[in-house]
Amino acid sequence: MEFAELIKTPRVDNVVLHRPFYPAVEGTLCLTGHHLILSSRQDNTEELWLLHSNIDAIDKRFVGSLGTIIIKCKDFRIIQLDIPGMEECLNIASSIETSEWRLSYVNKEFAVCPSYPPIVTVPKSIDDEALRKVATFRHGGRFPVLSYYHKKNGMVIMRSGQPLTGTNGRRCKEDEKLINATLRAGKRGYIIDTRSLNVAQQARAKGGGFEQEAHYPQWRRIHKSIERYHILQESLIKLVEACNDQTHNMDRWLSKLEASNWLTHIKEILTAACLAAQCIDREGASILIHGTEGTDSTLQVTSLAQIILEPRSRTIRGFEALIEREWLQAGHPFQQRCAQSAYCNTKQKWEAPVFLLFLDCVWQILRQFPCSFEFNENFLIMLFEHAYASQFGTFLGNNESERCKLKLQQKTMSLWSWVNQPGELSKFTNPLFEANNLVIWPSVAPQSLPLWEGIFLRWNRSSKYLDEAYEEMVNIIEYNKELQAKVNILRRQLAELETENGMQESP
Amino acid sequence: MEHIRTPKVENVRLVDRVSPKKAALGTLYLTATHVIFVENSPDTRKETWILHSQISTIEKQATTATGCPLLIRCKNFQIIQLIIPQERDCHDVYISLIRLARPVKYEELYCFSFNPMLDKEEREQGWVLIDLSEEYKRMGLPNHHWQLSDVNRDYRVCDSYPTELYVPKSATAHIIVGSSKFRSRRRFPVLSYYYKDNHASICRSSQPLSGFSARCLEDEQMLQAIRKANPGSDFVYVVDTRPKLNAMANRAAGKGYENEDNYSNIKFQFIGIENIHVMRNSLQKMLEVCELKSPSMSDFLWGLENSGWLRHIKAIMDAGIFIAKAVSEEGASVLVHCSDGWDRTAQVCSVASLLLDPHYRTLKGFMVLIEKDWISFGHKFNHRYGNLDGDPKEVSPVIDQFIECVWQLMEQFPCAFEFNERFLIHIQHHIYSCQFGNFLCNSQKERRELKIQERTYSLWAHLWKNRADYLNPLFRADHSQTQGTLHLPTAPCNFMYKFWSGMYNRFEKGMQPRQSVTDYLMAVKEETQQLEEELEALEERLEKIQKVQLNCTKVKSKQSEPSKHSGFSTSDNSIANTPQDYSGNMKSFPSRSPSQGDEDSALILTQDNLKSSDPDLSANSDQESGVEDLSCRSPSGGEHAPSEDSGKDRDSDEAVFLTA
Repeated sequence: MEFAELIKTPRVDNVVLHRPFYPAVEGTLCLTGHHLILSSRQDNTEELWLLHSNIDAIDKRFVGSLGTIIIKCKDFRIIQLDIPGMEECLNIASSIETSEWRLSYVNKEFAVCPSYPPIVTVPKSIDDEALRKVATFRHGGRFPVLSYYHKKNGMVIMRSGQPLTGTNGRRCKEDEKLINATLRAGKRGYIIDTRSLNVAQQARAKGGGFEQEAHYPQWRRIHKSIERYHILQESLIKLVEACNDQTHNMDRWLSKLEASNWLTHIKEILTAACLAAQCIDREGASILIHGTEGTDSTLQVTSLAQIILEPRSRTIRGFEALIEREWLQAGHPFQQRCAQSAYCNTKQKWEAPVFLLFLDCVWQILRQFPCSFEFNENFLIMLFEHAYASQFGTFLGNNESERCKLKLQQKTMSLWSWVNQPGELSKFTNPLFEANNLVIWPSVAPQSLPLWEGIFLRWNRSSKYLDEAYEEMVNIIEYNKELQAKVNILRRQLAELETENGMQESP
Repeated sequence: MEHIRTPKVENVRLVDRVSPKKAALGTLYLTATHVIFVENSPDTRKETWILHSQISTIEKQATTATGCPLLIRCKNFQIIQLIIPQERDCHDVYISLIRLARPVKYEELYCFSFNPMLDKEEREQGWVLIDLSEEYKRMGLPNHHWQLSDVNRDYRVCDSYPTELYVPKSATAHIIVGSSKFRSRRRFPVLSYYYKDNHASICRSSQPLSGFSARCLEDEQMLQAIRKANPGSDFVYVVDTRPKLNAMANRAAGKGYENEDNYSNIKFQFIGIENIHVMRNSLQKMLEVCELKSPSMSDFLWGLENSGWLRHIKAIMDAGIFIAKAVSEEGASVLVHCSDGWDRTAQVCSVASLLLDPHYRTLKGFMVLIEKDWISFGHKFNHRYGNLDGDPKEVSPVIDQFIECVWQLMEQFPCAFEFNERFLIHIQHHIYSCQFGNFLCNSQKERRELKIQERTYSLWAHLWKNRADYLNPLFRADHSQTQGTLHLPTAPCNFMYKFWSGMYNRFEKGMQPRQSVTDYLMAVKEETQQLEEELEALEERLEKIQKVQLNCTKVKSKQSEPSKHSGFSTSDNSIANTPQDYSGNMKSFPSRSPSQGDEDSALILTQDNLKSSDPDLSANSDQESGVEDLSCRSPSGGEHAPSEDSGKDRDSDEAVFLTA
């Protein structure tokens, strides 16, 4: 246990400890920075104090919601902990697991990779020197780093820039070693390249490229074509133009909607994200995702895969953390991408609605699973607005390095600090939310992916009736909660009165 | 039964449309009324029931190594693909179904054998649930401008009209008969809807037999009478719902449209809606798009545009909006017609009425609207929906389009309708199912001759009995959206009209949202009601105890039963939440069966509170154990009517995996 901050659940009650030749002990399990402690909190029973460094391996099992962790120690002892609650058990397990990952400060001065944050998570067995070498082999110095760890089966999503193989098939032993270090023995992984094979091949002429299977024999490469830059920007311009054109007839509307290709991009991005999630959850395989720079389509895929896989990323705080981690810290160049929107004629090369496409994809999943998200559509719209124009510093700059130089933390307010005020949060909270701990698989059939009216038709039609419907929905749920509270109070009152009566009655 | 060449075929495979590699092995049964597929799998014994009357086309495809494929397309947009091992069996099933799906006599239809175990009295009550005389009374009729006419007693003037008709008081029998002779199929102008607030009305008829120059004094007087019945306006709109070109072409055949010069004080208006043949082809094209296997977004949008379907839906809506505005804003009466006045006219009158009158947006009011504008006024259900074997060129999705218009409105005005999407879908299903007598035949006259009400049951009673399933939780009688006219924007908002996947892809459950907001809110409301009751009871008891305490008497009372707060089940666990084929044609992607942990399947929480309103689950929970002894009775027997969907069982969580 290197980092106390990684302890997600420091304490669990009603844990049962089984040791050979000892009676089972029920007590409270505590995790500290160095120890795992189990105490029944009674004077005469022995407490278990186990150094994290003594843990050699762990196994976890589930029967219903009861989890069992078997800890195998370096001194050959084997003990068993029964932990009620799946979530608690997974948290404990992931905290004490002899981590295969470490935090690296190699990029402290943004010297290795200007678009990475100072701290990144990398395989434990790879030292900073190797990382520096790998960085020279990856576009923009973006060496493979951990993006997501799937607690359920320990599989991971990594992301990076393209390998700089060039035309002569350059290779980098450290790179191969790094990504192989993420695989369990005998396991294969998948590399999802967000470019078509053709585009990836063309990239070699410019010094880029893709992983040759010969050099990465444990990995299978999958190409998923997601468009970039001006193609996306043009798509947005066409879509907004179509939405604003009130003169044309039905056929022209559909034809313009189709010609904008916006929904095609949505479908492509979502499909790639679903595939990534499927590799992790269903295939039990780790994946590496990259396109060219690893700052656009890569991030769309890694972040959407997390929405699908990780229930926490569907909560408000979890989603904020996702944006912070997978977009801001990961170096999506917001300044460049969001400099102009759909109406500007002076086209620069770097604008692209990459983030908006991501938000649209989230909305599509939200529409298909309306009860599984803690936030509502307004939250996504708000993020869209702030990415393009904001009084807060959060989305300024192109990466962490730029934000540091601009001293944004000292000079500006954070969007999150404003959004997370209770008064603001209530506007963004989905009244239908019920925590759903499952993986959610969206449909990517065209029939299931409509136009996001809340964004694109927002100023072209009155939303009065839809707003009223939302209000009505909130009222129905609020009234229910109110009654629930009232009933609970009365029940308690009644119970108290009745015991009182009972006491009076008994002599 | 004599048409069934083979009642049972074993080792048939039912192909999963989403992942064709996965097919369920089972036995196929042909009964007098249904095709039934029963899976062999002992855990589920999942049953798929298809009514013969739902079968639209049957296609025998080329025999392959695995057997002989049979593709059945249904009128409720279900598609079933079977693979039958022996070519001969397949042929027998094919030939049997061809015949069974095209009955030649009304008596062969399901409603004549369907028996929901109701006694005679209940059946009769079912038929009087929707009463048109009451409806005209509700509109405020008769009054000093409109009267009930007995001119069509015994269908003497027009055999496709009902006997009870409202006409202007000043229209004498002479005028009516004269006018009827000047109208196609003698469908003279009669009242469809009367707008109490300003006395304007919507009247309907067929086209006039004007040719190039013919006139008819009585017909002109008839229109005058309609105008006079609305003292607030000095003119009448005449809306011809055909494209102008079609109407002009009709003149050559001695039919046509009103000449403004001959009729005093009319404003003539074309609002082009295409004819039944165009609509039939349009639906066909759209369904081809829905049927595409993993289409690209462009394939889909291009196909949707090319089908023209949404353009036609918009045309119908535009006509309805025009009329509603004319009536409510200009206070003018409107006469609507097309050619015969039983297709487009029915669509447009009912859309306009729905916009004008909140009553039609309630459950019962909507039934009344269909009863009035469609059933009573002689919409040719038998021909349009192919209930009996007939001319395929007569078939057209006319009422389907109206039902879709209602759905499009529901999307725009989520609080305005008392009923939900499921209600519309079930009505659509039963228009084709022939399980109830309501939609039989082409006219009231035919239905009376067939004694439908004595021999069959009414759908309205069935829907009304199960109304809890059809309620829109957002509807509140005192909400502003439920008052008065629905106002749609005047700008041409094409984007308002959307593809209705809940209807046309409704059997592809994976494509639908996996959690239903409607069901969630209904569950909340149900719990709210229980809480209200409990609260009242608790308050009462508390008061009592406090009183008793004041009196210093000692009472013993029982601990209250804590009512459990159950989670709301929002998702139907029949929907397998499994990944789709996201890999495209990635041939080499491994296809390994995952552990069938049901963590991902049952989406949410407790099942205790699951109110299974999905037709898959509801009516069929009490299936008969075996299918061998199937009579032609309702498959569910008992007091339940058979479900309208044929999927009999919950899909288990079968992981649809990457098809390699």
